[in-house]
Amino acid sequence: MLFNEPSPLEVKVLTKRFGLPNSASIETYLANGGYKSFEKSLEMTQEQIIQEVKESNLRGRGGAGFPTGMKWGFVPRQSPKPKYIVVNSDESEPGTCKDRVLIENDPHLLIEGVLIAGQAVGAKAGYIYVRGEYRYLIDILDKAIGEAYARGYLGKNILGRGVEFELYTHTGAGAYECGEESALLESLEGKRGQPRIRPPFPAVAGLYQCPTVLNNVETFASVPSILEMGGKAWADLGVPKAGGTKLTCLTGHVNKTGVYELPLGFPVEKMINEVGGGMRGGKKMKAFIPGGSSCPVLLGEEAWPLTMDYDSMAKAGTMLGSGGVIIMDEDTDMVKAALRIMHFYQHESCGWCIPCREGTTWIKKLLTRLNQGVGTERDIDLVGDLSANMLGRTFCPLGDAAAMPTASIVKKFRHEFEAKLQKAQISMAGAAKNPFVVI
Amino acid sequence: MTFSAKLEAKLEKLLNSYPPGRRKSALIPMLMFTQDEVGSITPELVQEVAKRIGIPPVQVDEVVTYYSMLHKKPMGKYHVQVCTNISCLLWDGDQLWEHACKKLGLGHKEVSADGQISLEEVECMGACSWAPAVQVNYDFHHHVTKEKFDQIIDSLKKLQ
Ligand SMILES: Cc1cc2nc3c(=O)[nH]c(=O)nc-3n(C[C@H](O)[C@H](O)[C@H](O)COP(=O)(O)O)c2cc1C
Ligand code: SF4
Ligand code: FES
Repeated sequence: MLFNEPSPLEVKVLTKRFGLPNSASIETYLANGGYKSFEKSLEMTQEQIIQEVKESNLRGRGGAGFPTGMKWGFVPRQSPKPKYIVVNSDESEPGTCKDRVLIENDPHLLIEGVLIAGQAVGAKAGYIYVRGEYRYLIDILDKAIGEAYARGYLGKNILGRGVEFELYTHTGAGAYECGEESALLESLEGKRGQPRIRPPFPAVAGLYQCPTVLNNVETFASVPSILEMGGKAWADLGVPKAGGTKLTCLTGHVNKTGVYELPLGFPVEKMINEVGGGMRGGKKMKAFIPGGSSCPVLLGEEAWPLTMDYDSMAKAGTMLGSGGVIIMDEDTDMVKAALRIMHFYQHESCGWCIPCREGTTWIKKLLTRLNQGVGTERDIDLVGDLSANMLGRTFCPLGDAAAMPTASIVKKFRHEFEAKLQKAQISMAGAAKNPFVVI
Repeated sequence: MTFSAKLEAKLEKLLNSYPPGRRKSALIPMLMFTQDEVGSITPELVQEVAKRIGIPPVQVDEVVTYYSMLHKKPMGKYHVQVCTNISCLLWDGDQLWEHACKKLGLGHKEVSADGQISLEEVECMGACSWAPAVQVNYDFHHHVTKEKFDQIIDSLKKLQ
């Protein structure tokens, strides 16, 4: 069931059961320490659970890296409304393919994390929102949920302890924007995936306007090991302001692409050369994206000395993001890459606000021209100007997600855009001398 | 409209997954599951889903036009989806796409004359570390070369 060979350099905390026979079954899970952390949480107060998560320095694994313990702490204690747990399993940031591996190999780990979150905030129901393309994962999850009900880990009177929690799967239907938390909630309520005005944030008014904890799959899956090891020990796996391990998806031009669990703060060079088996064909790395295609792009030489953590990436002007590492070698056509990235965001723009809807469309048109070599110098500037104007001016962060990689590619690889124009001009000039070619 | 017993059971479970008064939440999953059986979102299906959930049909239409996996026109029995997004592109996903078009004689969102196979160029499907990736209906195929693509298609033809 594994998708790639593990690396000896991995620190296997979340993925420790991967590769065991029937790793997705509750028998394997229980035989290997499963649901022990949830049982522990039943002996703890809500504050104690949240405190442990705060001490672990766990930051959200969906892309934004918000501290999870703090987020859980925002849920009002004394609310007459029901509370909900929502799992973001929409995973559609290009370059990211880790939540899928987690669910396929160890669905009970996610269920246990959700149960603990339910205890921490007093929620009695949860929904796992799975992107439509991952239908087989819904089958895996439904089976696991059924097993958990049968063994008394879900239901009205869990383990005879008077605790209640109901868990359901819910399918999306193909829309990147539904990964954004407020759009996801709209979609879960049966509407178009258009984002909501915030505040209020989901912790206060989320699903059905009730207090809601919404986190990424990997975030929930981190929680059982936090209670098992203790927040402090879990934090120590990572770097000072970001604890634990991160599932890292190596994609692009490395020899051993795959999903690997690496401690936060892992050196980029070691990640590429040792975990990833080096650059494909021994080529040089031209460009590097740390966490999904919405992050600003780094030059190869900028990326080599960095470490994979939030602060190190922020200092270098990019983001750790979702863990979808995209590695591009010296032969990569950056104009084409910029166009393909923009093509995606233009396609996925929900159309609600003008800077994003129009901006992505214009930039895609300009990049299409530039990629064909038929644009002008002025078009290169215009791409830069338009993306700068989108940044921070759109209703939800999808607009920024489209602008950031584009602006950085134009800035750092301008010479490639110019070279394409020149090449086209030379061939046009050649064609003009040829009386048989009409231009 | 009536559906197979298996689907009816699934829909009943679905409608019971949401709190009282929140049946509308079942809308998108219900469209996805019924589309799998009916083949596309037909006008009758829109009416039926609206009736079962208890909302005006226009609210169903609104959703259908938003989500890319909901189709008003039937796709082929085998819907072949080729990802050309960035991680797949870096492993020549664009060339695989061109090959797929040639091999099948189809373009983006086109269906073969016999209704058996349809083709779509899709966005990232979460298989980036095993690029380039192809999905046939809901089945994933990883590290797809041109040869491997031909084998996949040939095996589909045998199934017909
Ligand atoms: C356009 C857009 C798409 C997103 N897609 C995802 C996604 O697929 N999965 C995810 O977990 N978070 C996604 N996010 C981030 C979520 O909005 C949210 O921050 C996250 O799910 C919170 O969980 P975390 O704190 O555990 O990271 C997306 C955000 C934006 C703006
Ligand atoms: S930025 Fe605006 S148009 Fe773009 S996805 Fe968000 S709300 Fe929709
Ligand atoms: S880029 Fe093709 S599956 Fe992610």
